[in-house]
Amino acid sequence: QQWVLVEMVQAFYEAPAYHLILEGILILWIIRLLFSKTYKLQERSDLTLKEKEELIEEWQPEPLVPPVPKDHPALNYNIVSGPPTHIITVNGKECINFASFNFLGLLNNEKVKSAAQASLKKYGVGTCGPRGFYGTFDVHLELEERLAKFMRTEEAIIYSYGFATIASAIPAYSKRGDIVFVDEAACFAIQKGLQASRSNIKLFKHNDMADLERLLKEQETEDQKNPRKARVTRRFIVVEGLYMNTGDICPLPELIKLKYKYKVRIFLEESLSFGVLGEHGRGITEHFGINIDDIDLISANMENSLASIGGFCCGRSFIIDHQRLSGQGYCFSASLPPLLAAAAIEALNIMEDNPDIFQTLRAKCERIHKALQGISGLKVVGESFSPALHLQLEESSGSREHDVKLLKRVVDYCMNSGIALTQARYLEKEEKCLPPPSIRVVITVEQTEQELDKAASLLKEAAQSVLN
Amino acid sequence: INHIVHNGGLYKRPFNEAFEETPMLVAVLTYVGYGVLTLFGYLRDFMRQWKIEKCQNATEREEQKDFVPLYQDFENFYNRNLYMRIRDSWNRPICSVPGAKVDMMERVSHDYNWTFTYTGRVIKDIINMGSYNYLGFAQKAGACQEAAAKVLSQYGAGVCSSRQEMGNLDKHEELEKLVARFLGVESAMAYGMGFATNSMNIPALVGKGCLILSDELNHASLVLGARLSGATIRIFKHNNMQSLEKLLKDAIVHGQPRTRRPWKKILILVEGIYSMEGSIVRLPEVIALKKKYKSYLYLDEAHSIGALGPGGRGVVEYFGLSPEDVDVMMGTFTKSFGAAGGYIGGKKELIDYLRTYSHSAAYATSMSPPVVEQIITSVKCIMGEDGTTIGEARVQQLAENTRYFRRRLKEMGFIIYGNEDSPVVPLMLYMPAKIGAFGREMLKRNIGVVVVGFPATPIIESRARFCLSAAHTKEMLDTALKEINEVGDLLQLKYSRRRLVPLLDRPFDETTYEETED
Repeated sequence: QQWVLVEMVQAFYEAPAYHLILEGILILWIIRLLFSKTYKLQERSDLTLKEKEELIEEWQPEPLVPPVPKDHPALNYNIVSGPPTHIITVNGKECINFASFNFLGLLNNEKVKSAAQASLKKYGVGTCGPRGFYGTFDVHLELEERLAKFMRTEEAIIYSYGFATIASAIPAYSKRGDIVFVDEAACFAIQKGLQASRSNIKLFKHNDMADLERLLKEQETEDQKNPRKARVTRRFIVVEGLYMNTGDICPLPELIKLKYKYKVRIFLEESLSFGVLGEHGRGITEHFGINIDDIDLISANMENSLASIGGFCCGRSFIIDHQRLSGQGYCFSASLPPLLAAAAIEALNIMEDNPDIFQTLRAKCERIHKALQGISGLKVVGESFSPALHLQLEESSGSREHDVKLLKRVVDYCMNSGIALTQARYLEKEEKCLPPPSIRVVITVEQTEQELDKAASLLKEAAQSVLN
Repeated sequence: INHIVHNGGLYKRPFNEAFEETPMLVAVLTYVGYGVLTLFGYLRDFMRQWKIEKCQNATEREEQKDFVPLYQDFENFYNRNLYMRIRDSWNRPICSVPGAKVDMMERVSHDYNWTFTYTGRVIKDIINMGSYNYLGFAQKAGACQEAAAKVLSQYGAGVCSSRQEMGNLDKHEELEKLVARFLGVESAMAYGMGFATNSMNIPALVGKGCLILSDELNHASLVLGARLSGATIRIFKHNNMQSLEKLLKDAIVHGQPRTRRPWKKILILVEGIYSMEGSIVRLPEVIALKKKYKSYLYLDEAHSIGALGPGGRGVVEYFGLSPEDVDVMMGTFTKSFGAAGGYIGGKKELIDYLRTYSHSAAYATSMSPPVVEQIITSVKCIMGEDGTTIGEARVQQLAENTRYFRRRLKEMGFIIYGNEDSPVVPLMLYMPAKIGAFGREMLKRNIGVVVVGFPATPIIESRARFCLSAAHTKEMLDTALKEINEVGDLLQLKYSRRRLVPLLDRPFDETTYEETED
C-alpha cells in the first residue's frame, strides 16, 4: 500500500493535539542543537600566546644525567690487559682468575681458536644484516642443529647477545593480560623480559614451592570467578636452573608436578647450568633425569661454558619457531658473527668428546666450597657443586655502601696477593629484589688444587685482616 | 610530493626528498589483492579445520592439549596464509662473506614453503643488494681481517664477564677512545649489540616523569627502549618539524597530563637514515627546535654513520653541524664497519653516568676482542690514519654509487622513496604478489634483493629495498640496473607518472616547501 499525499495530510489532521505539540518542540530543539556552537570540555586555550611564551621561557629541565661521584664503586673499571684466561693481568698485576665465567676453560683452547680463525678467513667478521635479510649463514644453521641435537630437543634458535635471549623470548609468548609466576631471585635479564611483556607478574619466594602453590591456588579461585577470561589467559613459570644471584638450583621435579596440576608452562633459564650440571653437561634436566619435553622452553647464553658470545633457546618446534617472527632481538638485530658461531660449535665438540670435565669441575667446586667454610665474617652462599658462589658478610653493618666498601677491601687484598676476584655488580635502583653485596667466586676446570687451596687461605687471611 | 628546502640558511646544501603518492588504481588493486588473499586464507583455514587439507603446522604436545593455547588462531592468520606463500624471499642462507657478491645455498620446497630442503648446490656470485655493507668492510682478506686474526689468536673469542666485573679489556678502552675521536665527542662507550644499546640505555637516561618525543617510523629497538623506560611517549609525524614543534609547545605549556607538573626532561628520538623509507632526518631544524625548547636529542645513526658525510662521520657532518649540539649520539658498528655492536658518544658526564648505570655495563658480557679489533682497524681506515686513502675513496665511491643508482632508477620510471643522498633505496612494489615475484625473478637473474611487506611497512606500501655499497663497481650496478629494468617491465612496476625534471634553484626567505606538479 503506498502512502498518498492526501492520506498523509488526513493523518496530520487526525492526530491528537499533544502529539503535534510534542513533535513540534522536538523539531525546534533539534534545529537549535544543530546551529549552536560546539564547546569543548575543559577549555584549555585560555592561555594567551604571550603567557605560553613565558612558560616556555621559564621552564628549566633537569640536566640530562646527574653527576656521578668520582669514587663511585662501579665507575672505575678493572682494566684487563691481555686475554681474560686462567692467568689474568688485572690493573698491571698478574693474578689467578677467579672472576670470569670460563667454567670449562675453553676461552684459551687452541682448537676453538683455530676453528674461529678458519671461519674468519672464510666469512670476515660481521654478518652485515639480520637473519631475515642475507644474515643467515650456514654456520648459524649448523650451530642451531648441533645445539638441538646436544640438548635432545627438536629445534634451537640463536641470538647474538646473551642478555637479549631471555629478554626477547619471554615477550614473544607472554603478552598483556597473561600471568607469569617468577622467582624472586631471577636475574636482571628475566626482569627486563617480563617488563617488556607487560604481563601480570607474581613473585614467589626464592625456591619456596609452598609459596608458589599458594599463588597458583589463589589464581585458580580467581579463574573460577571468571572462566571465560581464564580460558584465554596464558600462564607461565619462569625459573633459572642455577641461580646467578644465589648459587642454588631450582627444585625442578616439584615444578613439573605443579605444571601438570595447575596447567602452567615452564620457561627455564639455564645460563649457568648449561655445560655444568648433568652427566653430559646438558643442564638441570639431565641432573634431575627429567624428560626434556616437559620443559616448554630452555634458554641459555653461550657466554659462560661455551666461552663465546650470544645465546640460544631450545625446545619443540611448535614453540621455538614462533620466535623466528616475534623475537625482537632475533628479527630486528644483526645475526651472530660467524667466527663466534664457529667457536661455539667447536666448544660443543669438545664438550661432547670429553664428558668427564663436568665431573672434574664439580669435584673442584666441592673442594673449594668445603675449604671456604668457617671464614670468620664471611659466609658462603651457593650449592656445593655450583661453580659460581657468593661470599656475603655474615653480619651486615646496616648500610649497603659501608658493606660494599668492606668487601672492596677484601677483594683488593686478594688482588694484591695474586687472586683476581670481583664483587657481584647490580643496578641498585633497578632490581626488584636486590641481593645483598657479595664477592663472586668462580671455579673453572683449569684451576689446580694448589690454586684452590691458595685462594681459600688467602680469603681467610683477607677476612681476618679487614673484618676484625 | 617533492620537498626542496631552503630554510633561510639552516641548510647548507639542497635537501631533496621525494615520496611520490600511490597511484589510485594501484592502491585499489592492492586492496583487492589482499582481499582475495584473505578470503582464500579463510577458506584454507576452514579446510584445515575440517581435515580436508593436511595441517602442516607444528602442534602442541598430547599431554598439554588441555593447557591454555599458546597462540591465538588469529595472531597466526597472516603468518599461515600470506607470509607462508612467499616465505622463500627471506632467511636465505649464504655461505660466503657478505660482500658485493655472495654465494647462496640453494634450497627448494616441495610443499609450498612449509619445509625447505637444501639441494647441496651453491649459487655463486650473486650480486648482493641486500646486506648492510655500505663501505665494503665485509671482507675476508685485507688489513682488518689480518688484525682481527691476530687479536683472535692472542685473546680468544669470548670474554665471559661483564664490563663492571672482569670483562673490561684494554682493547675496549682503546676502542672507546678511538670512537670518541672519530665522532668528535668527548667520550664514548661501546656495547655488544646495537639493538641492546638502545633498549638498555634509554631506560637509564629517562624515567617516569620525563617525556619522549619519538618519530613515527622509529626502529623497534628505540620503541622498546622508550617503553621500558616508563616515560610518557608521544609520536610526531615522520620527519615533520611542524608536528614536532607543536608537541614540544604543548608539552611545556601544559605539563604532565593530569597533575600539570612540569616535565623533568624531554628527549627527542630520531634516526639518521630511516631504513624503510630511505629518508634523512632534518637535523638542522631538529637542532634549532631542540635549542629553542631546551630539550635533549638522541640521534640513532645506525645506517648513517660511515655512509653520509664527506669523511664518513655521519649525518652531523653531512649537514655541516657540530657534534656538540647532539646530546646523545648513538650508532651501530654492524653496517658500515663490518663488525657487530653499538656505541653511544657524548659528553664525559653522560658517558660516566652510562658506565655506572647502564644495564649492559652491569649485566651483559662485553664485546668480543676480534670484533673490537675489526672496528678499530676499519675506523682508522676511514679516518685515513692507517696511511692509505682507502677509507676516503670508499666514502666517495658510495656517494657516487648512490647518486648514479637513484638517478637511473628514477629515469626508468620506478617510484623511489627517500632522500637522493641516502644509500638505502626503497623501490615501491605495492601489490602482495609482486613482493614474492620480484624477489624470485631477481634471484633467477643472479641478483639478491630484499623485499619487505606488512608489518614492517604499511599494508599497501610493500617495497624492495636496495642497500648500496662502496664495494659495488659500476659494472655491477649496470648489470643490476639492466635486470631491474627487465623485471620492472615484466611485472609492470614502473608506476611513476613523473619524469625527472631539472631542479629550480630559487632562494626563499622563510620556511617554504616547494611542491612540483605531476
